[in-house]
Amino acid sequence: MAIWLTENSKIIVQGMTGGEGTKHTRRMLASGARVVGGVNARKAGTTHEGLPVFGTVKEAVEATGADVSVAFVPPAFTKSAVMEAVDAEIPLCVVITEGVPVHDSTAFWAYAIEKGNKTRIIGPNCPGIASPGASNAGIIPADITTAGRIGLVSKSGTLTYQLMYELRDFGFSTAVGIGGDPVIGTTHIDALQAFQEDPATDAIVMIGEIGGDAEERAAAYIEQHVTKPVVAYVAGFTAPEGKTMGHAGAIVSGSAGTAQAKKEALEKVGVRVGRTPSETARLMREIMQAR
Amino acid sequence: MDLFEHQAKELFADYGIPVPRGIVAHTVEEVRAAAEQLTGRVVVKAQVKTGGRGKAGGVKVADDAADAVGKGEAILGMDIKGHTVHKVLVEEASAIAEEYYFSFLLDRANRTFLAICSAAGGMDIEEVAHSAPDKVAKVPVSALTGVDRAKAREIAVAGGLPEQSLDGAAELIEKLWCCFVDEDATLVEVNPMILSADGQVKALDGKVTLDDNAAFRQTDHEAFADKAAEDPLEAKAKEKDLNYVKLDGDVGIIGNGAGLVMSTLDVVAYAGEGFPGKPSPANFLDIGGGASAEVMASGLEIILSDPSVKSIFVNVFGGITSCDAVANGIVSAFKLLESRGEAVTHPLVVRLDGNNAQLGRQILADAALPRVELVDTMDDAAKRVAELAAVGA
Repeated sequence: MAIWLTENSKIIVQGMTGGEGTKHTRRMLASGARVVGGVNARKAGTTHEGLPVFGTVKEAVEATGADVSVAFVPPAFTKSAVMEAVDAEIPLCVVITEGVPVHDSTAFWAYAIEKGNKTRIIGPNCPGIASPGASNAGIIPADITTAGRIGLVSKSGTLTYQLMYELRDFGFSTAVGIGGDPVIGTTHIDALQAFQEDPATDAIVMIGEIGGDAEERAAAYIEQHVTKPVVAYVAGFTAPEGKTMGHAGAIVSGSAGTAQAKKEALEKVGVRVGRTPSETARLMREIMQAR
Repeated sequence: MDLFEHQAKELFADYGIPVPRGIVAHTVEEVRAAAEQLTGRVVVKAQVKTGGRGKAGGVKVADDAADAVGKGEAILGMDIKGHTVHKVLVEEASAIAEEYYFSFLLDRANRTFLAICSAAGGMDIEEVAHSAPDKVAKVPVSALTGVDRAKAREIAVAGGLPEQSLDGAAELIEKLWCCFVDEDATLVEVNPMILSADGQVKALDGKVTLDDNAAFRQTDHEAFADKAAEDPLEAKAKEKDLNYVKLDGDVGIIGNGAGLVMSTLDVVAYAGEGFPGKPSPANFLDIGGGASAEVMASGLEIILSDPSVKSIFVNVFGGITSCDAVANGIVSAFKLLESRGEAVTHPLVVRLDGNNAQLGRQILADAALPRVELVDTMDDAAKRVAELAAVGA
């Protein structure tokens, strides 16, 4: 078992015929994920990487029974691609695309809610979701870790990989990269709730970053609803105020949103926060060994 | 990107939002010329991208051109919260009957837009929001339905604006919404939005933040960039499409992925605390998931051209690109730099982890690059690179 993505998940790729789409479709297939087709309105009816290309998400879903979409479309077309996935009522849409204007992500989020919130959106600007040994939707390298009983939710891609790798001897039920943009579809809280309910997950690693107050809200949620052990890491303690560090969301403005404020909020509710990624892995190791 | 007040007002004017007549001046002479061209009393306003300039003395009213020159002299060159005033906006003074506050912004927590409106505008709006939050209306705005005249009026009413201002305010708010959406702004703020003595609702100040992610469809926004204020190394990095931010320390940092690099800054700063002079990061540089030789060479080149750098930390996690490819990238980068006559003269600590880490480390060991040390873990590598910076290399 895992959250949101299992060995039965059937994946389609929006933008499969592009450079990134092609490369990562191959990688997903190689890691054993069930990719069943792609979407590109201009190449409908052809095949690519041995898979059928459909004109719309709806057609792809009807023909293949796909329940997951991964979007690699360029930023200018991401809004319409996600709205199309929402219209098709596909249960999960993973948006890898980096550099989506925030007016567009705010619009597709509002659209998804208006249409009854039937599609879980992960991202944009995220590495995707991987349930090691079962399936992989996005760009997380499948071979850096193993299947196990730790759940991971993170704003950052490479820090996700770092922790998955350091804890590869214990392994993961599911790792979710939610992305660091100001507006994202799936939040830390959504993942915490799912991991808490997932019988195959024993403990949770949460990785945050400066900017916004998602970690503070996650801390409040943990206090009320999460009984499984949680360890956390927050990046950006020494980032100067007002400078953007690559992720649109990682901007410190004023006192709220600092790494220190996030760490304190998490520690207050009993979450152990590592000073470095390796120390965070050590904290999780102690928890898993004590079980 | 944050805009200067005068840029924000130029944008507002394009959308038909009433703003006072004004002219930008960079010198005292330009201030005189501007004041002579304008009618009546003028306001000389420091153009800096920070708040609180009124309280800092960066906004002064002048009776005539001679007075404006004196005021301009005092304000030009002034330091406001670390920002030097290089230009002022000389503007016709408005007869103010009332001051209000208005803004549209992104509400991250609720993943929607928000309108904030208050009849208690002016310099103390933050204090009002804190002490009397019921006087500051926060109205969610859907990205799908937006703001029409009726919604704009509803927001103005919620903010407690008086009857005689409602029509003017609603018109201004509706136009401001068009500006917010059409320009891909994440913030448009008008404080104060005023009711003038002659009954007009106007934007007396303007703050605008534009979304850099929308640059591809907002090609005219590039003209707003403040090239003069840009760090020369940051400008050079931008030309090479590198995600680089100059910082104050002496340890050059290269890594892949924004989160990992941010984390590297922290780990190096912690490690630096244990050494004399407390070495700390000289920059943020994310070379992306791919970490190719070309990009690695460009990154090293930028860092080597920073005179404050004493040691360099290359921190790469091999995920999509495995460590052997990254190691080959580093070796080629050294060759590339050497061929350009820019041999690496600083000590360089490399930490490679992830896919094919052993193979990657072997490639680097075999290449026997001068001044390169391999350290297995991020924490130990940070200690070593801080130590190297501390001894001055």
